[in-house]
Amino acid sequence: MTPFSYHKPNSVSEAVNLADACSHFIAGGTNLVDLMKENVVRPKRLIDISGLGLNGIHPTPGGGVLIGARVSNADLAWHPMIEQQYPLLSDAILAGASPQLRNMASTGGNLLQRTRCYYFYDTGTACNKREPGSGCPARTGMNRIHAILGASDACVATHPSDMCVALAALEAVVHVQGPSGERQIPFADFHRLPQDTPERDNQLAFDELVTGIELPPPMFEHHYRYLKIRDRASYAFALVSVAAALSFDGEVIRQGRLALGGVAHKPWRDLAVERMLVGQVPSEALFTRAAQTLLQGAQPLRHNGFKVTLAQRAIVRALDDAACGAADGGARP
Amino acid sequence: MSAISSNGAQTHPICLTLNGQPRTLQVHPWVTLLDLLREQLDLVGTKKGCDHGQCGACTVLRDGKRVNACLTLAIMCDGADLVTIEGLASGDVLHPMQRAFITHDAFQCGYCTPGQICSAVGLAHEGRADNREAIREQMSGNLCRCGAYANIVAAVEEALPLMRDGIEPQRGQEP
Ligand SMILES: Cc1cc2nc3c(=O)[nH]c(=O)nc-3n(C[C@H](O)[C@H](O)[C@H](O)COP(=O)(O)OP(=O)(O)OC[C@H]3O[C@@H](n4cnc5c(N)ncnc54)[C@H](O)[C@@H]3O)c2cc1C
Ligand code: SF4
Ligand code: FES
Ligand code: FES
Repeated sequence: MTPFSYHKPNSVSEAVNLADACSHFIAGGTNLVDLMKENVVRPKRLIDISGLGLNGIHPTPGGGVLIGARVSNADLAWHPMIEQQYPLLSDAILAGASPQLRNMASTGGNLLQRTRCYYFYDTGTACNKREPGSGCPARTGMNRIHAILGASDACVATHPSDMCVALAALEAVVHVQGPSGERQIPFADFHRLPQDTPERDNQLAFDELVTGIELPPPMFEHHYRYLKIRDRASYAFALVSVAAALSFDGEVIRQGRLALGGVAHKPWRDLAVERMLVGQVPSEALFTRAAQTLLQGAQPLRHNGFKVTLAQRAIVRALDDAACGAADGGARP
Repeated sequence: MSAISSNGAQTHPICLTLNGQPRTLQVHPWVTLLDLLREQLDLVGTKKGCDHGQCGACTVLRDGKRVNACLTLAIMCDGADLVTIEGLASGDVLHPMQRAFITHDAFQCGYCTPGQICSAVGLAHEGRADNREAIREQMSGNLCRCGAYANIVAAVEEALPLMRDGIEPQRGQEP
């Protein structure tokens, strides 16, 4: 690791005022320490955010929940309020990483984790995300795990998080604080598509800190499914994942949410597809039509064409499971 | 107080409890907990497998919870209560999880074993695994190149009720 200095501020304002273009915040360290060992990221200063009191999970006056950025993934997944009211989120978190990593990893860090593109990690190769303008070897190289939707000539990386796919489906709001004040970012706007600036994963400025994630009041605690497809049964990143959530008026779908992981630079939603579900009675034909529409614009690369069919089938299965309901307390992924 | 080490770089003091003993140590900010244990404190029971969070060989208990020491910066352990494989037994009396691993022959080369055992103790503290399938899933953060998985799961399954019944030895106290 390249040497750096270490700082542990006591307040959010102190933390954001310490931040500059050469510093990094550190939470659980499960992604940042790894990237620093590989010299992919070389901060001059680390700002430890564990002393800022961002550890709470509290109900909001509006009937939702505010989750502190430093809450661990394990504590969040197993919090009674989350398990009961937002089981989709619990399932998505528990489908990710390992128990050890989930004990360390934080809510904020999970949003900010970098892609697992092999070339991004390999400082011996070019990579536009790591070194802007150097090129994208993944476009023509080993691209089995890469994006099929929303990619650009500059970058075909995917966002690797499971938790974020559920947060996208639940329409969470990201609370952010910088030196000039606070702002709230709807989840759909937080992460970016790569376009011609793939070095930027999201909308956050270097001196802005994620302080918390707000969930709107629960709507999908009965009909939900997080389905993760990966190369082994556990402890592997998603090739494709689907967060499906439905609510009903009698037999008829009142609201449908669908977010995909492993297919794009951000959790992928298509509002037109979600609208197709509204007012309909669940059927395989309906779900198949939704899946086909969502993947219509897919642009697979040489080695990841299988993701198109895989994603379509996963969508149909996840929606079907969600429609059938969580009779057994939620089918675990 | 920060101090300057022999190579001129700044070190910082941390106070922690390590296997029941209070310790004050001087560390560089970039030293991982795994390297601190193995290279500076001669506690080589905790193993370095991948050094990237991908294998679980470095698993230790921090405030009772299992974590990967290879991705933990030592400087961020100020105030922590750490237990490594060396701290599980009390004197010559093995921890029930250690005994179960021996009874079930739950290792071959043994390289992954300290991490497996610490992870299994963490799993027991979490209290979320009540059947074989759940044990398999919740032990998935520990890889075993020798493939001793079947016996590892059997060992964990046997030790869980013993730990629930409070047969876990307290350090410095003979059962
Ligand atoms: C072997 C392995 C397997 C994994 N498998 C999965 C998986 O299957 N699914 C999955 O979803 N994830 C997986 N992960 C990734 C893991 O979930 C992330 O590493 C973790 O969530 C990051 O959180 P952290 O708190 O450790 O972040 P850190 O490593 O501390 O930080 C990550 C980044 O976020 C920034 N940051 C942290 N907190 C804040 C904040 N509050 N405000 C602004 N910036 C901040 C840091 O500056 C840094 O750039 C895996 C990781 C490993 C090592
Ligand atoms: S896909 Fe993105 S992250 Fe991967 S090599 Fe190309 S530019 Fe880099
Ligand atoms: S050495 Fe830490 S997980 Fe492999
Ligand atoms: S016993 Fe050899 S790696 Fe597990």
